Amino acid sequence: MRVPIVQGILDANDQIALQNRQLFDEHGIWVINIMASPGSGKTSLILRTIDALQDYLRICVIEGDIASSIDADLVATKSVPVVQINTGGQCHLDALMIHRALTQLPLTDLDLVMIENVGNLICPVDFKLGEDMNVVVASVPEGDDKPYKYPGIFITVDAVVINKVDLLPYLRFNMVALRKLIMGMNPDVKICEVSCETGEGIQNWTEWVAKRREAKLAVVRH
Amino acid sequence: MHELSITQNILAIVIEHAKRAGARRVTTINLVVGDLTGFVDDSIQFYFDILSPDTLAAGAQLIIQRIPPQVRCRACGREFAPQNSNWACPQCSAIGGDILQGREFLVESIEVE
Repeated sequence: MRVPIVQGILDANDQIALQNRQLFDEHGIWVINIMASPGSGKTSLILRTIDALQDYLRICVIEGDIASSIDADLVATKSVPVVQINTGGQCHLDALMIHRALTQLPLTDLDLVMIENVGNLICPVDFKLGEDMNVVVASVPEGDDKPYKYPGIFITVDAVVINKVDLLPYLRFNMVALRKLIMGMNPDVKICEVSCETGEGIQNWTEWVAKRREAKLAVVRH
Repeated sequence: MHELSITQNILAIVIEHAKRAGARRVTTINLVVGDLTGFVDDSIQFYFDILSPDTLAAGAQLIIQRIPPQVRCRACGREFAPQNSNWACPQCSAIGGDILQGREFLVESIEVE
């Protein structure tokens, strides 16, 4: 006997993500899920974003790592609340981990939550967390061909942050071709070229984040 | 790596529906997996073989239908299947477009006795 099902395999995760999202919405919190391969500069981007927006927004960071609290310790030096999630080997964060972390967040005193996902360009894409916006950090030393190899993430994200542009003079990297490729796969995506080392382009990125947050709040208020 | 938790999800869905249908055992599980997702057939099979014994789905055959990506060009409207690193429209050479399929990840159906 054939039993038709047609059920998404990640439905359980999606449901919890939806609950997380509702909780964030109730508190007017804007949530960014930051993904990238290891070493591309996720933590550096978070630190730069804190520096730029800390005076205007109450910020919190959720750090996802397989092990250690190195990143969380760095973020804590900025005097913002930070929650470390150690996945114990799992290659991505999932909605349940965020759900558990929520109990440690001062929800009533927050405007912006940045989630740093586990360094990985494949698995995190498929697991919703309850975020408003997905971002991938792609750094110049990784090369200009990553969208070909990892289309799943580049077609999903709302923004691509191309980090380490201060290294462009030293590396063979075709920015025009990369931008064209990303825009082709994901025509509505925002692309920001930045250097977390020098600060170049950071303002463009943080202004866009602030604008997107305002746009959401305007919708929620109505 | 994440195929472990994925396969646990698949088994939970399958067993729930098998029980609801009053089945004694599941003989076939039909999955639909888009090529744009990060899921690997062999890994799902590997974890299924470890997790399924002693369940209603023990010994069931896992059939995975892969769905290749299909894109509609935003410039000319042509629908095409990107091949590997070529996301250019065969009609007008514009790159990429709106994704119509390739992101599926479903338990489509099961066969039970």
